[in-house]
Amino acid sequence: MTSTENVNADFTPVTDWATDFDHADPQYNRNAHAIWAELRGTCPVAHSDRYGGTWLPTTYEYVREIAYDTENFTSRAVIVEKMIPPDPAPIGGAPPITSDPPFHIEARKLLLPPFAPKKIELWEPEVRTLCRGLLDSMMADVAAGKTIDAAADYAKRIPVNVISRMLGFPMSDEDLFLEFVHDVLEGIDDAPEVRFVKIERLIQYIVSQIEDHVENPRDDLTSYLMGVELFGEKLSVEHIGGSIILLLIAGIDTTWSAIGSSLWHLANNPDDLARLVADRSLIPTAVEEFLRVYAPVTMARLVAKDHDFHGCPMKVDDWVLLPFPAANLDPEVFPDADKVLIDRAENRHSAFGLGIHRCLGSNLARLELTIAIEEFIDRFPSFTLGGTEDDVTWSVGQIRGPRELPVRVLANK
Amino acid sequence: METASIVILMRIHVDAEKCQGHNRCYALAPELFDVDDYGNAVVIGDGSVPAELEDKARLALANCPEFAITISE
Repeated sequence: MTSTENVNADFTPVTDWATDFDHADPQYNRNAHAIWAELRGTCPVAHSDRYGGTWLPTTYEYVREIAYDTENFTSRAVIVEKMIPPDPAPIGGAPPITSDPPFHIEARKLLLPPFAPKKIELWEPEVRTLCRGLLDSMMADVAAGKTIDAAADYAKRIPVNVISRMLGFPMSDEDLFLEFVHDVLEGIDDAPEVRFVKIERLIQYIVSQIEDHVENPRDDLTSYLMGVELFGEKLSVEHIGGSIILLLIAGIDTTWSAIGSSLWHLANNPDDLARLVADRSLIPTAVEEFLRVYAPVTMARLVAKDHDFHGCPMKVDDWVLLPFPAANLDPEVFPDADKVLIDRAENRHSAFGLGIHRCLGSNLARLELTIAIEEFIDRFPSFTLGGTEDDVTWSVGQIRGPRELPVRVLANK
Repeated sequence: METASIVILMRIHVDAEKCQGHNRCYALAPELFDVDDYGNAVVIGDGSVPAELEDKARLALANCPEFAITISE
């Protein structure tokens, strides 16, 4: 099954997004909206020979169709890379996101309760305290007239802190978690043997944390996973470890990106910032609109069966990217799709995916995003970009958001 | 004084097969929707919508990513 044939040995910059796209090209995330708009109008399912063959649908209809089709597309690997991971369906390496029916729903049911709305609401005071502490630590730079980095020193710090607390991992390891996230999600262009070493390091860390929880059980998600039963038996260490990898990796980069993109938008759009500062009742619709327009997550599938997809000859083990953010910008579905309307009331966006793999952490992500924006604009009711767009760096790969976001505070409380 | 008669004009329904727990309806119209321990939506009561909440019901329907909500009038 696993093959490295036909894989480009060296990364070369993309010159034609319709026939040779590569989401690891830094230009992809920086210019994603323009690239998707161009493709949607000219080539709604793009193809590239890179990564052993990859498809990129850009319309809402096609993204939705693939998300619902668990027969022709498998989730057993969800991050496009040069070598297909060996973990077989229906479980995959990081259940339940890498699981297919019928196993998927059973594994998912174990994790849904701790992430249900009424459980996540309880985290609000802690997240607010965390945000305020991060803002406090920026005040010296603000007072000195320096720019602050709203991505690296604020957006990034929020989800990594929350998820390490939920999992019961040492908070002193936060920077290590950020390295893991970078390795998994941005190291997609690494040679397979390099990638293997990096993933192995992550797995060894998780195993050591599980061992620590065996010796010192405590009230956290790791202990919870070690205690639950599936089909009448405790979960295997592989299952527990895979689910923890999912929570650690999926919970950090994504929310960090959503917070960063929202603050990037507000830094560039003083009218929207002023409206939000003046009228807090706009926060809920603004959050949904930021999620629609700047949806950070593109998922992936592997083709499970040779089949024709609207004229595209899809072959077993071809990768398929599922760019939910591109779906959210489809003018066939969203009026004024390319405009950011912070009071958009009807917003059927798919930022958290569609179908059985709806983001498990969506309630937590919304909570963190909402509080992060509220606290930031409370403290800094007026701010702007602290430089040019060239000073903003964007992530590489399937999660899209600013990694460095220099902000100049114009007014603070 | 005439006897007040309440005529239910609108009724909401959640398709449990389609709902994936996006939680949009519960956030927008907690008077009409609740969520279970898995975070999936259920209608409160028999799904009857008081006249003053009809706009909220329509808003919930329009924001459901999975098209899981239907309204009968």
